[in-house]
Amino acid sequence: MNIFVCVKQVPDTETKIIPTSDGSFIETASIKWIMNPYDEFAVEQALLVKAANPAANVTVIRVGSVKDTEALRTAMAMGADDAALVEAGDNLDSYSIAKALKGAIEKSGKKPDIVLAGKQAIDDDALQVPQILAEMLGLPSVSVIVGFELNGSTVKVKREIEGGALEVYEVATPVVLAANKGLNTPRYASLPGIMKAKKKPMAQYSLADVGVSDADRRVKYSGFKLPPEKPAGKKFDATDAAKQKEVVAQVVGLLRTEAKVL
Amino acid sequence: MDFSLTSEQREIRELALKFARNEMIPLAQKYDDEGTYPKDVFKKAWELGLINTCIPAEYGGSGFSSVDGIIIGECLAYGCMGMNTSFMANDLALLPIVIGGNDAQKKKFLTPFTTEFRIASFALTEPGNGSDAGGIRTTIKDGGDHWIINGDKMWITNAGYADLFVVYGTIDPALKHKGISAVIVEGKTPGIELGKKEDKMGHRSSDTRGVKFNNVKVPKENMLGKPGEGWAIAMSTLDHSRPLVASSALGGAQHAMDLSIQYAKERVQFGVPIAKHQAVQFMIAEMGMKIEAARLLVHKAAWLCDQGERNTEVASYAKAFASDSCMQITTDAVQIYGGYGYSKEYPVEKLMRDAKLIQIYEGTSQIQRLVMARELLK
Ligand SMILES: Cc1cc2nc3c(=O)[nH]c(=O)nc-3n(C[C@H](O)[C@H](O)[C@H](O)COP(=O)(O)OP(=O)(O)OC[C@H]3O[C@@H](n4cnc5c(N)ncnc54)[C@H](O)[C@@H]3O)c2cc1C
Ligand SMILES: Cc1cc2nc3c(=O)[nH]c(=O)nc-3n(C[C@H](O)[C@H](O)[C@H](O)COP(=O)(O)OP(=O)(O)OC[C@H]3O[C@@H](n4cnc5c(N)ncnc54)[C@H](O)[C@@H]3O)c2cc1C
Repeated sequence: MNIFVCVKQVPDTETKIIPTSDGSFIETASIKWIMNPYDEFAVEQALLVKAANPAANVTVIRVGSVKDTEALRTAMAMGADDAALVEAGDNLDSYSIAKALKGAIEKSGKKPDIVLAGKQAIDDDALQVPQILAEMLGLPSVSVIVGFELNGSTVKVKREIEGGALEVYEVATPVVLAANKGLNTPRYASLPGIMKAKKKPMAQYSLADVGVSDADRRVKYSGFKLPPEKPAGKKFDATDAAKQKEVVAQVVGLLRTEAKVL
Repeated sequence: MDFSLTSEQREIRELALKFARNEMIPLAQKYDDEGTYPKDVFKKAWELGLINTCIPAEYGGSGFSSVDGIIIGECLAYGCMGMNTSFMANDLALLPIVIGGNDAQKKKFLTPFTTEFRIASFALTEPGNGSDAGGIRTTIKDGGDHWIINGDKMWITNAGYADLFVVYGTIDPALKHKGISAVIVEGKTPGIELGKKEDKMGHRSSDTRGVKFNNVKVPKENMLGKPGEGWAIAMSTLDHSRPLVASSALGGAQHAMDLSIQYAKERVQFGVPIAKHQAVQFMIAEMGMKIEAARLLVHKAAWLCDQGERNTEVASYAKAFASDSCMQITTDAVQIYGGYGYSKEYPVEKLMRDAKLIQIYEGTSQIQRLVMARELLK
């Protein structure tokens, strides 16, 4: 069984984001990169499948800069067998990324049985790559999954829908699945795992190798800007019991008219 | 000269820090308040390979260098200096075996620590002998086919949970340093009597007790080196362990600084965040300067160990400077937090209490200066 897991490297959630002076992207030089948190669930799911099917092979693939390969190394330290990296800028659009991932899967020479990814990357929050990839591969896909059960060549998955309800799907493999938080609890990469990961193979391709060119770009980024600063919070003094009613009415009113959350 | 960490060391650091943030910090205050021994956290850390970093690869360890060990130590102490004392005590107890043990002893006593979760204690200090460790009174007598240990130990970390003790005693008090010997004692050996858990200022989650050895018999092959070689083993152990203990001060100091910076940017007084007041800025600048200097010293002390070079002098610089800095930095962190810093609702008062111990154990800050002066004036 061949399992592919798509992982993206994203800025650590505590990173201070600074747009480049021309607004075309963000400054990447001082960013600390981490594996996209949703991808951790995807990696963990692949490893759980592998634990139950020791013959399974887990390949992690990533499209992005080579300066740091933290995400792939972490995934291999967690237990993935091998990795493939498509060297590219960190500001590709979803379409190009999906096409590059497809190319990398094909380059591996292995036919995928299960392709896993996170439901979204926390940098651009596009929520598109797994679905585009599935379409390109001609495979079914289910996104936002929180339950996974493999029975032979079908997978029963649960996906979260609005209001907290669940949909249950039974899908035949090969399939593309996009993981949500709650699917599992990702393991830590252990120290022996980190040592072993050094010796695991990592294939490296250029965008051209996997058949992606500038012409594939569907989205061009032109105006990265920081969001406007949040105005200071309002404080209401409700220590005087006689005035509490009035204050509550005032707060509720503002929540309706100003914050528009009620 | 290269100050950078290898990519593997960066990953190790990343993992250890993630563990500290997710598994230690959320429990640190609670375990401290309740005096809960962090056995669950200890075991989890062991499962990830973060514990017993001193065990060589031949005996089942991960084959870490001293520098790797202090990188991990700093991160775990960032999570909680108190819990880290329990973790670190394993290394302090196993190091004498790594340094002074023969192949059979290493196989028998080190390898089990790599295959199952086990806890160790290092028993040197006595009620009447702390800094003056050469004056220990615990006796190790020849009983024919075994050794017989008698005496009182004090301040023994992990004692209540120890699967193994490394105990220092003397074959003859009149021989002074030349009589000191070290033996390995299995935790379940009859005659070991545990005192009550000490009620401490800080590191309250760690288990510290007096231990009495009443006619405790151990096999002859459990002595490290020959009778009388214990002092040399102890001194060499300190050269290896002081950088590690210093790294825990570094972790605590770094945590205090990170919290101070965060708080100073949020707390507004006189219409601006207090980080805008120069008096506060200078406290933070001082923290950064001391941490950077301490880290360089600690890394150098560990690096010398890895080169097989004598590091006694630098290890003492590292231990004293890092722990004294940690005390100053955690005290200033409380200062920056103002009245809130003095409350248990905020994390810095614990750091200040925890910092104090690092100036005391593994050789007080005064004893470190004694060592430095002896090295410099010899
Ligand atoms: C929580 C905790 C855990 C510990 N864990 C362990 C453990 O696991 N195993 C173990 O063996 N020990 C352990 N210790 C013991 C620790 O190493 C000793 O407390 C330490 O070495 C100091 O000894 P002492 O307490 O007897 O102080 P003393 O030696 O009585 O020192 C008192 C003061 O006198 C100063 N002083 C002493 N001699 C000199 C001198 N010649 N010149 C200048 N100043 C001097 C000291 O610096 C200190 O300020 C632990 C202690 C504590 C508090
Ligand atoms: C146990 C306890 C008992 C107390 N009892 C009383 C009491 O009985 N009655 C009462 O009224 N109050 C009491 N207090 C409050 C105490 O006086 C305040 O905590 C103290 O004045 C500091 O104020 P703060 O805690 O708000 O700290 P902050 O004012 O927020 O100060 C935080 C840090 O910023 C620094 N800082 C602030 N402004 C500047 C500046 N302009 N330039 C340079 N540095 C600056 C401070 O020195 C401090 O290091 C008590 C506090 C405690 C902890």
